[in-house]
Amino acid sequence: MSALYAMFGDGDSAQRAVNGLRQAGLTDADITVVSAVPIEDQEFGEIDKTTWIWYIACAGAFLGFCGSTWLTRMTELAWPLQTGNMPIVAWWPNLIVIFEMTMLGSIIATVITLIVTGGLARRMPKLYDPEVTDGKILVGVARPSEASVPDLERALRAAGAAQLRRI
Amino acid sequence: MSDASTSRLSDDLLRPLLQTTWQFYALVAFLASIVLMGLGTWGYQMYNGFGVSGINNPIYWAFYITNFVFWIGISHAGTLISAILRLVNAGWRRPVTRCAEVITAFALMIGAMFPIIHLGRPWLFFWLVPYPSSRMIWPNFRSPLVWDFFAITTYLTGSLLFLFLPMIPDFALVRDKSSGIRRRIYGTLALGWRGTSKQWHRLESAMSIMAIAIIPVAVSVHTIVSFDFSMAPVPMWHSTMFGPYFVAGAIFSGIAGLIIAMAGLRKFLHLEEYLHPIHFQNLGKLLLMMSLLWGYFVFAERLTTWYGNEPYEIAVLRVTQKGSFAPLYWTMVVCNFVIPVIVLSLKKLRTIGGCVFVSFGVCIGMWLERFLIVVPSLGHKYLPYSWGTYRPRPVEIMITISTFAAMGLLYTLFAKFVPIISIWEMRAGEHPAPALMPSAMKEHALGETHA
Repeated sequence: MSALYAMFGDGDSAQRAVNGLRQAGLTDADITVVSAVPIEDQEFGEIDKTTWIWYIACAGAFLGFCGSTWLTRMTELAWPLQTGNMPIVAWWPNLIVIFEMTMLGSIIATVITLIVTGGLARRMPKLYDPEVTDGKILVGVARPSEASVPDLERALRAAGAAQLRRI
Repeated sequence: MSDASTSRLSDDLLRPLLQTTWQFYALVAFLASIVLMGLGTWGYQMYNGFGVSGINNPIYWAFYITNFVFWIGISHAGTLISAILRLVNAGWRRPVTRCAEVITAFALMIGAMFPIIHLGRPWLFFWLVPYPSSRMIWPNFRSPLVWDFFAITTYLTGSLLFLFLPMIPDFALVRDKSSGIRRRIYGTLALGWRGTSKQWHRLESAMSIMAIAIIPVAVSVHTIVSFDFSMAPVPMWHSTMFGPYFVAGAIFSGIAGLIIAMAGLRKFLHLEEYLHPIHFQNLGKLLLMMSLLWGYFVFAERLTTWYGNEPYEIAVLRVTQKGSFAPLYWTMVVCNFVIPVIVLSLKKLRTIGGCVFVSFGVCIGMWLERFLIVVPSLGHKYLPYSWGTYRPRPVEIMITISTFAAMGLLYTLFAKFVPIISIWEMRAGEHPAPALMPSAMKEHALGETHA
C-alpha cells in the first residue's frame, strides 16, 4: 500500500484525524493534509509553516545586486564611451540598473524556492483525491508500514471518516 | 464554507471556460481583424520607412511614444494595486486582484512594443540587450532607453510571475474538473499542485515577498519612463517632479482601466454576484483621490513654469493652454479633473455606471496628457528656427487603434481560458480566519501588560 487516507467535510473533523494520527505515533512530517484553500483556523494549518524563503529571496537580491554591479562597471570599463561629460563608470545611472536587477534577483529566487520547496514541477505524488476540489479535506499517510495500518485506520475512523481509501 | 456554496462558486467562475457562445467568437474575430490590420500597417511602415507616418523633424516622438507611456501607465492598475491590497489584507480585493494583474501583463506587453515599433529597423531591437556584440559595443548604461529595457523587463517578469503564482491552485481545480486534452493542459499548468499545507504556506510566503518586491519596481518603472523625458534639456521636460507626476498619472489611468475591465467582465460574464457595486465604489474613491493628486501635480507644474517665466518654457505653456493644443489641453483637464471630481464626490453618482463613465473620460484624458507632454515640447525647443508641429497620419492612427483592440483581444482570450476571478481566494474569503492580532496587542487590550 502506497497511501492510506480519508476525506473530511470540515476542518474540525480533519483536525481530529490529525490528532488521532499523532496519537498513533506519527509525526507531522508523516501526515499529509490536502485542502482546496489554505486552512488558517485549525492547528494543522500550521504544519510546515517554517520556511527559509525570505532569506533565500534576500540572497537572490544580493546576487542580483552583485551581478548587475559587475555588469555595469565591467561594461563601462570594457568600452569607455564618453557620454555627456559623465564619468566612464557613472554610478547614478548605474544605480537604476542595479536596483532593477536586485529586485529581479529577489523575485526569481522566490519563485524558484516556491517551486523546489513546494514540490512543484515534478511528478505529482499519488496521495491526492480530486474531491479536494469540491471542498473536502484529505488527511492521509504516504507509505504507512503494514504494522501501523490498523491503528491509523482506527484513528481516521474515530475522527469521523465515512470511508477509508487506499492507493 | 458549505459544499453547495463551493460548488456554486466553482460553477459560476468556471462557466466561461467550459461554455463558449457565438458572441465570444464574434468578438474575437472582430478584435483579431483590427489587430491584423494594425500588424499589416506596421509591416507597411517597415517596408516603406517612417516617411509614411507623420513623424518628422522636429517631432520624432509622437503617437508611438505617447502610446508607450500610456500603456505603461495603464499597466500600473494591476500589479501595484493588487500588491498593495494583498499586503494590507483588504478583504474586498479577492474578486479584483486577478482582473487587475492581467491588465498589467498585457498592457506592459503592448507598451513595450512601442519603442520597437518606433525603431526604423525594429529587427535590431536586441541591440538594447546587454550582450557583447561582434563589434564589442555594449549598450550604454547611461542612456535612459537602456534603463527602460531593464525596468520593463523586471516589471514584466515580476508581473507575469505575480499573476501566474496564484493561478496555480485554480489550474489544479480546472484540471480536476475537466477531462481529455483540457485536463492535460491544465494539469501541466498546475505544476503538480495538490494543496498540501506546505504548498499553501510557500505560496502565501512567495506572494508576500512578490508583493513587497513588486511595489518599488512598479514605482521605478514609471519613474524611469519619466526619465526618458526629464533627462533631456527640452522645455517643460527637464523637471524634478516628472517622476512622481508620471507615477501618479500611471496609477490614475491604471485604476480607470481596471474599472472599465471589471465592468465589462461583470456584464458579459455575468459576474454580478462577485463584482459588487461596493468594489466599484471603493475603486471610485481611489480614482477620486488620484484625480485630486493629478490636479495638484498639474497645478504645481504649471505654476512653477509660469512663475519662472523662462521664454521657451512659456512658449510651450502658451501653445498648450491658449494656442493650437488648447482644445486638447482643456479636454484633458475636463476629463481628468472636472468630471471625476464632480461625479465621484457625490455618493449618488458613484455608481457602476458613473465610475465607468468617469473611467472612460480618464483614459481619454490621460492619453491626451501624454500626447501633450510629448508633442508641444518637441515642437518648441530652444532653437526657434526648428519649431514645428505634428499631424498624425493613418499609419499611426491605425496602429494606435489596433493596440486597444489587442488589449481587448488578449483580455477576452485570457478570461476564456483562465478563471478571471481567483476561485481559491474567493473560497478562502468565505472561510473564517482567526483574528490577525499580535499577542502583545491582545494582552494590552486585556490590560495585562500594565498589571
